[in-house]
Amino acid sequence: MLGYIIQRLIQSAFVMLAMSALVFLGVYAIGNPIDVLISPDATQDIREATIRHYGLDQPLWRQYLAFLGRLLQGDLGRSFVLNIPVLHLVLSRLPATLELALTSVLIGAFIGIPLGIYAGYRPESPVSKAIMAASVLGFSVPTFWVGLILILTFAVNLDWLPAGDRGPTVEVFGVGWSFLTWEGLRFMALPALNLSLFKLAMLIRLSRAGTREIMLSDTVKFARAAGLTDFTILRRHVLRLISIPLVTVFGLEFGSTLAFAVVTETIFSWPGVGKLIIDSITSLDRPVMVGYLILVAFLFVTINLVVDLTYAVLDPRLRRGRRV
Amino acid sequence: MAQFWREYRENWIATLALAVVVLIVAAALAAPLITPQDPYDLANLNLRDARRPPGFVGSGGYVHWLGTDAQGRDLFSAILYGLRISLQMGVAAGAVAFGLGTSLGIMAANIGGKIEQGIMRLVDLQLSFPAILLALVLVAVLGQGRVPLIIALVTAQYAYFARTAYGAATAERQKDYIEAARATPLPGRSIVLRHLLPNCMPPLIVVGTVQIANAISLEATLSFLGLGLPPTEPSLGMLIANGFQYMMSGRTWISVYPGIALILLIVAINIVGDQLRDQFNPRLRR
Repeated sequence: MLGYIIQRLIQSAFVMLAMSALVFLGVYAIGNPIDVLISPDATQDIREATIRHYGLDQPLWRQYLAFLGRLLQGDLGRSFVLNIPVLHLVLSRLPATLELALTSVLIGAFIGIPLGIYAGYRPESPVSKAIMAASVLGFSVPTFWVGLILILTFAVNLDWLPAGDRGPTVEVFGVGWSFLTWEGLRFMALPALNLSLFKLAMLIRLSRAGTREIMLSDTVKFARAAGLTDFTILRRHVLRLISIPLVTVFGLEFGSTLAFAVVTETIFSWPGVGKLIIDSITSLDRPVMVGYLILVAFLFVTINLVVDLTYAVLDPRLRRGRRV
Repeated sequence: MAQFWREYRENWIATLALAVVVLIVAAALAAPLITPQDPYDLANLNLRDARRPPGFVGSGGYVHWLGTDAQGRDLFSAILYGLRISLQMGVAAGAVAFGLGTSLGIMAANIGGKIEQGIMRLVDLQLSFPAILLALVLVAVLGQGRVPLIIALVTAQYAYFARTAYGAATAERQKDYIEAARATPLPGRSIVLRHLLPNCMPPLIVVGTVQIANAISLEATLSFLGLGLPPTEPSLGMLIANGFQYMMSGRTWISVYPGIALILLIVAINIVGDQLRDQFNPRLRR
């Protein structure tokens, strides 16, 4: 087990190193950051001083090593535009996104899994067919379009919920959270729903497929023979058996939810990291772009690692240092 | 082929979806012939006609059936021209990703060893990373325009083709007919091209269909975020984004109609893809 953990840790470190190099090369090597930093009518002296200040006169590999060195000390540089440390900037925006992503994953789980189990339990009923048709739509309709329709319906036409912004937050541990007040929840409702639709569709499909398979298995036959009601079987056996693959997908999806938040946050002007990256792209704020990508890559590698290790705990065959 | 088509027509929803796809593609191709206005020619646009509701008769003397946008473009014309761009981008990106991904996947399956591991490790790594982020960053780095956009879409999508081709090729390679072909003096290249590749096609066609829809959706999303093509030639995503700001004041048609066109296209392509998947799946064969 220990050998397996060490092996996976080393692998993750290599992936992180590769990602940092890719991100650095991608964002820095193409295009010229100097044009963004210095106004076109600056004097030659100011140009050179700025270039030296940011180390842009060094060869690329040296810049990368310097970048890597600073990265290991937790220094992601300063935003060109706002002149705030990137780490600080990203971390200050992260709670809003985490809160939104977590809520939407929970909505997906608490609505999607029961619907999917029902659709798998009664595959021929019209309700199940409607659920499946809705999940096809949830898969194929672009997120931004659903967001627009949500705003149009609930904010413009019905005027039930606010159309954008974060609204009031409550400070806990120095961080503002929306989910603690009714008003905050009202502001969060539409973006969270928008972000959850894809997960909702996916969890419906996965839990339906799992349920159909398990309903035909011997476990369920014997449980029926023992006189358990269908509801008890679904709750006690089916839910438990489909939960293992669901947990994996759930973990992996949490990462991509953070990525998809880019679109949702832009539509609903939710002040999270997704909005930050779009703003930094439009203003060509390279350090923020790099910092965000490195953090997202780190998050992905960590989630993958945790999922793999959880698997190793659940599945003893993996523990004996099998190569993955 | 005839039988395939007969089976396809048994599912009336899929048949309808196919008809919708054909209709939209035909309308987009024929756009210059059937639209009352060239929406990209600024000389045609009159600001007095801007933001008019559907049914309005503008200064051009014809009815704007779907209304006009903020620049006074006839929305019906703009939607058909936007569809042209969306389809071009989707098909071009899909085709390049298809070629690149399939080559990589089949190469990995055939060569084996370190190269196989390297390619598939890269593909898996990319599949675990959300496509939209990758495309976003690439477009931001490469700048706006058709070529950067296609590069971004291809980079975001080739991995799906590579995975599918690799899976299909490793399964096919173990079958007897490949073994038999190897016993003949045919060069390896023609075994791959003549025998292996055609037999890997069915799953690749399914992935290709769905990925074209995904490319169109991704392109629309990027355009909506303002990172797609330049605003002088708005694709569907940008038309929707432009209309977004007028939605609050009740001028909903500017966003809604291009959106409906986009959704119709994407959903129809997905339904066609689903049907093809079912028909190619040997387990569901009667």
